[in-house]
Amino acid sequence: MPDPVLQVRDLEAGYGHVSVLRGVSLDVAAGEIVTIIGSNGAGKSTLMKAITGFLHLTGGTVTLDGRAITGTAPEKLVRRGLALVPEGRMLFGPMSVAENLALGAHTRTSATEIAQDLERVQALFPVLAERAAQPAATLSGGEQQMLAIGRALMSRPHVLLLDEPSLGLAPKVIADIFGVLDGLRAEGLGILLVEQDANLALKHADRGYVMRTGHVVLTGTAEELANNDDVRLIYLGAWHGNE
Amino acid sequence: MNSAELLQFVASGLQNGAVYALVALGFTLVYASTGIINFAQGEFFMLGGMLAVAGVRAGLPLPFAALASVVLTASIGLLFERVALRPRRDSGPTVLIIITIGGSMVMKSLARHAFGPNELSLPPFSPGVPIVFAGASIDRQVLWIWGLTIVAVVALTFLYSKTKLGRAMRACSLSHDAARLMGIDTARVVMISFGLAAALGALGGVAVAPLTQTAFDVGSRAGLKGFAAAILGGLGNPIAAVVGGLVLGLLESLSVAFISSTYKDAISLVVLLAVLFLRPQGLLGKSRREKV
Repeated sequence: MPDPVLQVRDLEAGYGHVSVLRGVSLDVAAGEIVTIIGSNGAGKSTLMKAITGFLHLTGGTVTLDGRAITGTAPEKLVRRGLALVPEGRMLFGPMSVAENLALGAHTRTSATEIAQDLERVQALFPVLAERAAQPAATLSGGEQQMLAIGRALMSRPHVLLLDEPSLGLAPKVIADIFGVLDGLRAEGLGILLVEQDANLALKHADRGYVMRTGHVVLTGTAEELANNDDVRLIYLGAWHGNE
Repeated sequence: MNSAELLQFVASGLQNGAVYALVALGFTLVYASTGIINFAQGEFFMLGGMLAVAGVRAGLPLPFAALASVVLTASIGLLFERVALRPRRDSGPTVLIIITIGGSMVMKSLARHAFGPNELSLPPFSPGVPIVFAGASIDRQVLWIWGLTIVAVVALTFLYSKTKLGRAMRACSLSHDAARLMGIDTARVVMISFGLAAALGALGGVAVAPLTQTAFDVGSRAGLKGFAAAILGGLGNPIAAVVGGLVLGLLESLSVAFISSTYKDAISLVVLLAVLFLRPQGLLGKSRREKV
């Protein structure tokens, strides 16, 4: 594996006195999709919040492009090249699609580069160009997810974190969105994907980590995980007769 | 009552209304970026008038004293946020609101010590006889009040809708977490909104001081009127603050015309209560809904 762009070591974090993450380590390299699977309460979303600086860390380190970013505030991480597409998308609902995308480029200064990236994002998701003047809140769920991803890409990240991007979306839209993620990987972006739907995640990921009660209990290539008996039984719904 | 008298009352209402609008804009800007009511907003109005008077007494030309007063008050607003509020920003809105009440008391006491307990007056910006329009006589200073209010509103609208800072301010008013994800320094935006709020309050205080005189204790009343205007229009929306200010000014003035001047100051309280009971989102406010 090439040098990781994102390196997480022994991360510990929690809420108040409740520790949720109990020593999580993982790597994401450029040009790969890494997924974290696990059931509700395993600590996946907490891990995202901890990496992106929204939670106070009680232990461990996070490194981005070889530089320590442990405990860095979220607004500073964007400038370092880390972007998050949060669970629930967190769009600026009353503001237009164009303004949401412009906010994604808030940390950048070159107008020509911003214009180039806007063109690129609109090529990835043509609907964002069609609906540029519309308030974000009036978009459908799938379009909103596309906007959230497009907005994150406007910061030109090295690593993109996605928290439950498929939640509540129709299969056709999910296929479109994951198609775009595949394309971004091919361009060299490192992607860390938290996904409830383990089947979907392992189909698109290169590698994966299985989390349970704040620990990584299993790691391997997507293929290894998809063929692992425990994973198949617990997360892939093998008991539904997938044998 | 003939039409000239009515026009006189309307002009007087719009005069006070414009000042209320400036103070209300200050409430709205701070509310939008922080979700709190800044009860020191009225003191910025007081400081505007008092510092301008002090500048003139120190020998500064009037326009320069007025400008310096607005700039100085804006700096006091920035400093107040940075020193008194930011260290406790994680303590929740109740604590922050109480800090603004404390800040208001401190500013009022300091002003009394610095400038004394008496009423002070500022010379008019353009001396001269009132202008007579359709039988109503309008003081030249009133034109200054209207003009400065219009300039402030246009500048603020431009800032909000056309600039990167304004876009960041609107983003912060919707969600601090989402704004931080975009790389927006929300602490800085909050501080800037306090500075702007202080500048707007001070502008109102400077503009009206030649007409009404000023004193260390004019802030509470201005704060109450501005707060009622902001609530009447709908908190968090700059246009609504202006509409709220003008409507409140007109209501007060017409109450003097048709009821009695005794109740003029009670009007803002009645309006405040009526809005909170009947239409808590204000005249122009949308009812609360889930954010995306």
